[in-house]
Amino acid sequence: MSEKGGGSAVKDPGAEPTLGTDPFEDTLRRLREAFHSGCTRPAEFRAEQLQALGRFLQENKQLLHDALAQDLHKSAFDSDISELIICQNEINLALQNLQAWMKDEPGSTNWFTKLDSAFIRKEPFGLVLIIAPWNYPVNLTLVPLVGALAAGNCVVLKPSEISRGTEKVLAEVLPKYLDQRCFAMVLGGPEETGQLLEHKFDYIFFTGSPRVGKIVMTAATKHLTPVTLELGGKNPCYVDDDCDPQIVANRVAWFRYFNAGQTCVAPDYLLCSPEMQERLLPALQSTITRFYGDDPQSSPNLGRIINQKHFQRLRALLGCGRVAIGGQSDERDRYIAPTVLVDVQETEPVMQEEIFGPILPIMNVRGLDEAIEFINRREKPLALYAFSNSSQVVNQMLEQTSSGSFVGNDGFIHMTLSSLPFGGVGHSGMGRYHGKFTFDTFSHHRACLLCPAGLEKLNNIRYPPYSDRVQQLVHWVLGSQSCTIL
Amino acid sequence: MEREVQRVRQAFLSGRSRPLRFRLQQLEALRRMVQEREKDILAAIRSDLCKSEFNAYSQEVITVLGEIDFMLENLPEWVAAKPVKKNLLTMLDEAYLQPQPLGVVLIIGAWNYPFVLTIQPLIGAIAAGNAVIIKPSELSENTATILAKLLPQYLDQDLYIVINGGVEETTELLKQRFDHILYTGNTAVGKIVMEAAAKHLTPVTLELGGKSPCYIDKDCDLDIVCRRITWGKYMNCGQTCIAPDYILCEASLQNQIVQKIKETVKEFYGENVKESPDYERIINLRHFKRILSLLEGQKIAFGGETDEATRYIAPTVLTDVDPKTKVMQEEIFGPVLPIVPVKNVDEAINFINEREKPLALYVFSHNNKLIKRMIDETSSGGVTGNDVIMHFMLNSFPFGGVGSSGMGAYHGKHSFDTFSHQRPCLLKSLKREGANKLRYPPNSQSKVDWGKFFLLKRFNKQKLGLLFLTFLGIVAAVLVKKYQAVLRRKALLIFLVVHRLRWSTKQR
Repeated sequence: MSEKGGGSAVKDPGAEPTLGTDPFEDTLRRLREAFHSGCTRPAEFRAEQLQALGRFLQENKQLLHDALAQDLHKSAFDSDISELIICQNEINLALQNLQAWMKDEPGSTNWFTKLDSAFIRKEPFGLVLIIAPWNYPVNLTLVPLVGALAAGNCVVLKPSEISRGTEKVLAEVLPKYLDQRCFAMVLGGPEETGQLLEHKFDYIFFTGSPRVGKIVMTAATKHLTPVTLELGGKNPCYVDDDCDPQIVANRVAWFRYFNAGQTCVAPDYLLCSPEMQERLLPALQSTITRFYGDDPQSSPNLGRIINQKHFQRLRALLGCGRVAIGGQSDERDRYIAPTVLVDVQETEPVMQEEIFGPILPIMNVRGLDEAIEFINRREKPLALYAFSNSSQVVNQMLEQTSSGSFVGNDGFIHMTLSSLPFGGVGHSGMGRYHGKFTFDTFSHHRACLLCPAGLEKLNNIRYPPYSDRVQQLVHWVLGSQSCTIL
Repeated sequence: MEREVQRVRQAFLSGRSRPLRFRLQQLEALRRMVQEREKDILAAIRSDLCKSEFNAYSQEVITVLGEIDFMLENLPEWVAAKPVKKNLLTMLDEAYLQPQPLGVVLIIGAWNYPFVLTIQPLIGAIAAGNAVIIKPSELSENTATILAKLLPQYLDQDLYIVINGGVEETTELLKQRFDHILYTGNTAVGKIVMEAAAKHLTPVTLELGGKSPCYIDKDCDLDIVCRRITWGKYMNCGQTCIAPDYILCEASLQNQIVQKIKETVKEFYGENVKESPDYERIINLRHFKRILSLLEGQKIAFGGETDEATRYIAPTVLTDVDPKTKVMQEEIFGPVLPIVPVKNVDEAINFINEREKPLALYVFSHNNKLIKRMIDETSSGGVTGNDVIMHFMLNSFPFGGVGSSGMGAYHGKHSFDTFSHQRPCLLKSLKREGANKLRYPPNSQSKVDWGKFFLLKRFNKQKLGLLFLTFLGIVAAVLVKKYQAVLRRKALLIFLVVHRLRWSTKQR
């Protein structure tokens, strides 16, 4: 099974679809040629691209605001803090640090290699594909793009066709800012994406559902393409008895109903004792009224469901358990009220799939241990939240569970910190990005060792024939020390 | 198979493998195993590859011992949470990265260095706190057997198990769900492993191979160059994933290179190479025949002698090799060294770039600019300049491929990182809810501006320092008189408003 010596060493052009019938072939060939020409390597080029991206954001702010309002009923405030400012921040960070990130990292040498020069070279992979989702269509498309460009790759960008307004702006306006030799936008639905995935890329970055994540990874296998998959899951939110319910309600509600719940790191469901539930319900109602008014449908601060398909899906979930708060919906508007469900069974659909909507089921548990056991029975989530005044409770939850990320006493505020990597584990994903982590994701870390051309006498010890004396000497030198020489 | 994997998973879920002390104990036990049972291990490797005990020790055992010691020394530091830089919004919170084990790791070993290529990944997986299933290569039978015998005698028998078998057993094993798979082997099987992993969204590290090119410049000391290449190429009878696979050089250098390699082979292995205790054999008949077929139609400059009964192939050099022939179409993995003449370094770079990215790249030259250019204009897993193999030896270096030579990396801390999930953690308190009012709806333009203020990184150290000092002063006031809580909020707010107004006027 584990054998070597098979496979073709020369790139197999037969692996690509035949000429003429493939809509992407010319584009991909153009980008590959550009990459081989080396034009994306110099820091100046990369910085120019990043600055251009920054200008795109600044000069088209209104267009983007309008697109996001059209797609998701996002207010200007929400668009700014969850999309535009985040992207700008990433661009600024990359521009400030580009030289430092690009620099060769020195490797520490041992006595075998003391006279050598050892460093790790960050190299672009080549042609990378970024497939973006619809829920934060600017953020989740452009932030990976920042890292891919900073790392010196040529990029094929496939924005989501579901967030149509944003797709239009990206397709019509963004290419005007970026160098067309090294950047291409591909539009289309699942069929076009499938066709695209048959081609060879040097890296694929996918944000979306675990189901499609498997399809992407399987497609990547054909060309042994490394992948980063930013997926999702059901993010548990444990609320301890030792808490101020109003504060918890504020924080949980904000993060749950932001973007009408269409956030991969939103708290998906609550775990708490029945007593805590009794205190939380009125607190949640009070918070929702304060945030969105008596008629949330008329609040400019509440988003809408992206399309009819998801609307119908979510409306069906409203039938699970019992509606304690909210529960209203309006098909014409794709509006679903901020809702809290209670008396939910684990087997019901609302507890079987990632909700991705403004519905918060509450599951009762008798204490921390039961909550931990509940969480560990399920797939590792993208995020995990625990609320308690007791740091011991928070720490126990942290230590005894696994998740992409963990926040104590708040929602996904950690996403604003670019020094923290963002990514999943298990079913919630593989790989990570944000800030420098994006740059590293899109770089191959190449170990380089430059040995002295002379000083051959030092090498004699490693050459055969190995006389007894040499054997003893090597045994003694290498075996008796703690072998940190190697 | 499923039951075995379940048993290991249950063992992991018990939490036993997580405490630092346990991990260190297991690594120490592994060290004891290697030291106490050295003879058995070396004998097994010898039976598989006709490798002398010295070679087995210096090529495999030493690396394993070195890796264990490196882990033992550094693990306490690596398992600790790493604080990260915070922004204004999270200034008062705890933000850090906490490494956690992934769960159940599958390690599929290779036959060419059957001990180190199975145990070195195991060391990393144990260090990261995982449970491990080890599947040694069935081609190196004796090592597979000895590992199945020894590991349970020294390591926790439920957390770390050995499963032996061939293609059928491995296929069954790959249907199970793991939290990470590390595979060392060839590209074809690498794809099978990744496809199986995709079904469970299991991340993989694939240590594959390819044809590692070796460019020899005119401007070099051929004596030294040929000694180094001979050492790296014929070690383990050419069955090394990072062996220099073929040479690229100007045609005029070929004869000299052949001559010098010939002399070096004689120096290393004697007149009758077959009798040298330091020269290994091909692993099995299938590979023996495969390598033989690569010689067909080639100009054998020296070597070429074979003996099927002992699976012996002499150190061989081919000259004027046509890139379209079979020997240049697959990874040789044997003691056959083709020389492909090229006009100059430009042609060499093009030649290399037309092909799949190799696991290693070698360039020999006195001209540092040329070496730099070769590195800048090509890609490969790793590079050694003016030598071969050596970049593998540094445990501060990641070892892995790129493109079809692999994905992911390991060795040293890179093993620990590969087998861990670095979990970002942010711990806030339930106090200071007032500060959060900024983010809650209903919203306003002023809130947008505040949002920008907090999120955009437009601070220089002076402003931060001023802010911090003010905050300190305010905290001091609070400590003195408790009822100045109100004053604190107002002072902070006033300061921030003033500061922000100054900032936003600077903006416009």
